Amino acid sequence: MIGNFWLHPTLIYLVGALLLPLIPRELKKPYLVVVPVLAFMDVLFMTGATGTHGVVQYMNWTLIFGRVDALSLVFAHIMTLMCIIGTIYGLHVERDTEHMAAWTYVAGSLGVIFCGDYLVLFLFWELMAFSSVFLIWFRGRKQSLGAGYRYLLVHTAGGLFLLAGLVLRYQATGGDLSFGPIGVDHATLPTYLILIGFILNAAVPPFHAWLPDAYAEATVNGAVFMCAFTTKTAIYALARAFAGMEILVPLGVCMALYGVVYAVLENNTRKLLAYHIISQVGYMVAGVGIGTQLAINGACAHAFAHILYKGLLFMGCGSVLHMTGKSNFSELGGLYSRMPRTFIYTLIGGLSISAFPLFSGFVSKSMIVAAGFEAHSNLPAFLLLIASAGTFLHTGLKVPYYIWFGKNNCSTETCEKAKDPPMNMQWAMIIASFLCIFIGCYTPYLYNMLPYPVAAAEYHPYTAYHISESMQILLFTALGFFLLLKKLTPEAKISLDMDWFYRMGGRAFYWFARKPVQWADNCVNEAYRVIGLIPLMTTAKFWSWFDWNAIDGVVDGVAYTVRGVGSRLRVLQSGQLQYSIFYAVSLVAIVLVIYVFA
Amino acid sequence: MIVRIIDLMRDNLKRVVRLCYVGLALLVVWDVLLVDKEHAHTWFEKLPGFWAVFGFVACVVIILFSKWFGHLGIMTREDYYDR
Repeated sequence: MIGNFWLHPTLIYLVGALLLPLIPRELKKPYLVVVPVLAFMDVLFMTGATGTHGVVQYMNWTLIFGRVDALSLVFAHIMTLMCIIGTIYGLHVERDTEHMAAWTYVAGSLGVIFCGDYLVLFLFWELMAFSSVFLIWFRGRKQSLGAGYRYLLVHTAGGLFLLAGLVLRYQATGGDLSFGPIGVDHATLPTYLILIGFILNAAVPPFHAWLPDAYAEATVNGAVFMCAFTTKTAIYALARAFAGMEILVPLGVCMALYGVVYAVLENNTRKLLAYHIISQVGYMVAGVGIGTQLAINGACAHAFAHILYKGLLFMGCGSVLHMTGKSNFSELGGLYSRMPRTFIYTLIGGLSISAFPLFSGFVSKSMIVAAGFEAHSNLPAFLLLIASAGTFLHTGLKVPYYIWFGKNNCSTETCEKAKDPPMNMQWAMIIASFLCIFIGCYTPYLYNMLPYPVAAAEYHPYTAYHISESMQILLFTALGFFLLLKKLTPEAKISLDMDWFYRMGGRAFYWFARKPVQWADNCVNEAYRVIGLIPLMTTAKFWSWFDWNAIDGVVDGVAYTVRGVGSRLRVLQSGQLQYSIFYAVSLVAIVLVIYVFA
Repeated sequence: MIVRIIDLMRDNLKRVVRLCYVGLALLVVWDVLLVDKEHAHTWFEKLPGFWAVFGFVACVVIILFSKWFGHLGIMTREDYYDR
């Protein structure tokens, strides 16, 4: 920005979110577009202002809110861009709080991207979890409530790992909190704890089950935001701290294949897409693990492309859910004549994620695979190519085929409701579709932003060999799909995943609390009544005298004050835990804003 | 317009399918005869039509393995957690 002035985009979102309820109704839509655009411009202007900004001295710590370099800029660019698209997609949503939750979530993500130390990172990391959970709860179904609590539970656990790691690291290094390359060659316990915190957010198995569980239950608009920010912010954190950590290569490859296998079984459209997030983020995790310049470039480029095409796919399937109220393949089908435009947008997303030439995935995914071959990790590279066949199989073929073609399983009601969605949703999909194709056709747009521009400029995705290789893999996958079409018919079933352990574990806990614990509690009560009651009564008489004569005078004064404050606070409390958390989070956000400004 | 194109293709499904097969064959012919394989990473990639076989086998293996895996008990009734 001008001179030394640097404005944190997080502030734009937070202030924007806080002011939203005060905006008059007729100005609301323009306001919803202007705020994310301002934040995007803010990031664009930062290109010339690399360096460290927003340094705050707090007690003994130096907190860094604004580290601007190539790595943070490429992620900030795509996050703010996606926020524009996501907000346009949700323009029809009347509930202010949903927009506020989404923007606070984006604010958290940008806070992590620009932070320079672990304390600030942790703060924004938690802000993301606590704001995004509302995007699940606002769906309002009973299942969403449960899914939201599970989401919060898992992320709180991940946050605790991260916190433990950074406290131990602080101890071990003698007070170093700076967030940078963590020293992957001498990994110690704190390193692994921080790694667990990060890979939980990146949805690396076995810490991944929160993702399909939560994203399939989120609001239509909320899922579009969620699919972009949590996992890719984690990829940023991994790329910053864990580049070259070898264990990430096998983990990433497992992720890529794991997501593909579960996607075959999935009957819910958005859950299928969620499993494919796991699969695609696997490429990025593997890229970070390989750790060469080309691989880190690949991880960033793929995160960039992924946010757009995955957002587009979630918007497409979300539109079907929004219009028809259905998201299961077994209740959809044959909609091409009713929602033709949505079909085209979703198809573009599908072709992009499958890495067809001229689409965005082709220029980003291949970079990671090429980096794998270059680093002589042939096996991981081949396994990633198998996963890419699976990607096309599901997202490029299964999703479009079973929603828009195939056997028509729609009820008459579903059929009548099925239409292309409102124009704001379509515009968001048009912008995302355009960007998917633009990135695929004009590579310098993306490549010039990557953290190692020289390595990026030397990489050429459009060689005859690469095109031939990709086209053969993809088209013969399509052949396999149509030959085995009968095998693939979605079944009206759900698939058990790692969340089984905590969902059933929770039940065991309930049982334990009901049966053995309650029994023990009764025993103790009985013993207490017999042994403890008589001495207690005597003591009580004394205290009652003391209380009556001495304490009441003091307490009454305090009580009147508390009642006064309490009656004001009561207005804020509806008794539902979600709202209490929401107020608490808002309060934290306000304190943060005041703190950074002051 | 989109709907009309799709309907046209559906009405001539047999012809479309035949065209696709021709396309696949041409792709392999192009790969075998014209593509420079200097950039191949391993020797077996230079076998004619390697990636075509790779793609097809990968697809079939993924479908069969996943379905087998799912029917081991991973796939279950939809109200499993509601009970």
